[in-house]
Amino acid sequence: MSTTPIIRIEHLTKTYTMGTTHVHALRGISLEIQPGEMVAIMGPSGSGKSTLMNIIGCLDRPTDGSYWLEGLDVAQMDDDRLAEVRNARMGFVFQQFNLLPRTSALRQVELPMLYSGEDNKEARARAALAAVGLEDRGSHKPAEMSGGQQQRVAIARALVNDPAIIMADEPTGALDTRTGQEVLAIFQRLNREGKTILMVTHEYDVGQHCKRVVRFKDGHIIADEPVENPLDALEELARLPRYRDEDEEDEL
Amino acid sequence: MSVVTKPEPPPAAPHDTTHLGHLLHIRRGMGVAEAFRVAFEGLMANKMRSFLTMLGIIIGVSAVIVMVSLGQGVAKATKESIARLGTNMINVRPNSQSVRGVSMGVGSLQTLKLEDAETVLKACPAVKAVSPVVRSNGQVKYRNANTVAGIYGTGPDYFQIRNLPIAKGHGFTDDDVRRKAKVAVIGHNIAETLFSRSDPINKYMKINGQNFKVVGVVQKRGDSGFRSPDDEVTIPVTTAMQRVFGQDYLDSLTIQAVSEERMLEAQDQILAALRKAHRLRPDEESDVRVMNQADITESANQQTTFLTMLLAGIAFVSLIVGGIGIMNIMLVSVTERTREIGIRKAIGAKRRDIRYQFLIESITLSLVGGLIGIGLGVGVSLWMALPADRGGLGFPMLLSTPPIVVAFAFSALVGTFFGMYPAVKASALDPIEALRYE
Repeated sequence: MSTTPIIRIEHLTKTYTMGTTHVHALRGISLEIQPGEMVAIMGPSGSGKSTLMNIIGCLDRPTDGSYWLEGLDVAQMDDDRLAEVRNARMGFVFQQFNLLPRTSALRQVELPMLYSGEDNKEARARAALAAVGLEDRGSHKPAEMSGGQQQRVAIARALVNDPAIIMADEPTGALDTRTGQEVLAIFQRLNREGKTILMVTHEYDVGQHCKRVVRFKDGHIIADEPVENPLDALEELARLPRYRDEDEEDEL
Repeated sequence: MSVVTKPEPPPAAPHDTTHLGHLLHIRRGMGVAEAFRVAFEGLMANKMRSFLTMLGIIIGVSAVIVMVSLGQGVAKATKESIARLGTNMINVRPNSQSVRGVSMGVGSLQTLKLEDAETVLKACPAVKAVSPVVRSNGQVKYRNANTVAGIYGTGPDYFQIRNLPIAKGHGFTDDDVRRKAKVAVIGHNIAETLFSRSDPINKYMKINGQNFKVVGVVQKRGDSGFRSPDDEVTIPVTTAMQRVFGQDYLDSLTIQAVSEERMLEAQDQILAALRKAHRLRPDEESDVRVMNQADITESANQQTTFLTMLLAGIAFVSLIVGGIGIMNIMLVSVTERTREIGIRKAIGAKRRDIRYQFLIESITLSLVGGLIGIGLGVGVSLWMALPADRGGLGFPMLLSTPPIVVAFAFSALVGTFFGMYPAVKASALDPIEALRYE
């Protein structure tokens, strides 16, 4: 295949200076990710995987090296340009959901469009909520929703500006097994529909749902290999005992 | 860190670059209405705190409105009561005495005597009438009722010069003055307070403990300015000087010129006559000040303007204190919402979007506070202006648009100024740090 990589990283380093000591979080990383991939980034804490995610997510800049996103050199962009790239091309999903308190699901999903100045925000937000099976929860606030529902709102928010990449940082870390599988099923479906997904996780099982696993240690990539037979979250859901959690009742 | 050998960018597929590049150029931030809606929702999420934050601005704005209304009301009432004095009235007062260069205030000299009234009347052709005046406050009493009144010792012409018609009874005569008679002419309010509905004429009231026969009541003036004739008691000047106050000098001369055209002529004649009577050398400063109505208005204006400025100044200080309150709460809010700022930045908010959001929140606080303050200030002013018998304070209030507009604009300015620092602080937060904040 002769596609342009959606992410191309070469000799990327990141060094934090704390007083007189230098912490080398990334020691020369090179990585290519093609459109449509679903990649798990794994490694112990302090291995540099979060630093890399921050740089890929345009939240941070590398100390040295190059990063092309969709062929555009973003490594040296200023803060405002990075904000624009995040808004238009990145969708973030966090472990702790990171929804705004006291804000309805619909408003949460409208937020990215607030900063891009879109028209018909509400219609698009409703469509994104429907894509994660929450079309009837638009008026609910985070406190009125279960963890799985909150995470699905977060996914809808990540989707709404039609990003190139969805960055998910331990998306199942705060969820029980069943709702975790439900969230993974959504990611797998989005991937099948063509979205590129990058997922940080330290759970082996979660990584096995992706098509490719990149392992980190001490600021280096120590392994980068495809997953032989990725798990299908929907099949696993079917195998799970059919218990009904009090408020986690909706089907996908 | 230095730039090491940077690899050449890979040949980018045209459709990809244009896609991203195009998106980066058509984007705008949120509109003003949208920003105010977001700010308003943020403030409504914490109603009690928002209200307490606004309280400073509410009090500040209403204080400016009430204080300026009061100041201007007093100025207007003073101007009106001076205007009623008549245009051909002249006032003579002792000059201020300077002790080694320090002025002791107007009227500190005691050189104006009873004879001067006679002298002026005789020596000045442009003068029609002269009334000597001594003045002090004193307690007046009838049976159980008592009040404090301005006690004026004057001549019989006083009522005519000051244009005070006698409503009931009559004024006093030259004979009363000669005999130092204990007779009194009282103002409308005094009559009501002491005698309520009964006829005061020929009744005996006490002034500073001495019995006086009431011979007349002055027609109601109804003005609210201070030193209103309604609150005065007038007695013969000789009685006042010798029997009540025990002083041998006058506080002023109230003089009527023959006509308005001859005012300046009359003033010159009076000054010359008194210099001669007081045997002043030509190089000596005059010991009296001769003022016409315009001069009195001018000096009253100066005083009331100063009063208004002072009141408004204090009120504006409270507005600034209100602004500091806004800054305080906004700083707390920025810290509390660090994570929210991180989320917003992660999904594409630029620095100016965050700055805008917090600035608009503080401006909204001050604008809403300003509007409530206008309501409160206007309400309090109207209440203070109500007469006492209708539950108000009977203050001379003059409500006008400029102080309302200025106070509101200033509150918006305060909100912008004191909201700037917290907003800049919020916008400068690092998104990664902010997202990690617990």
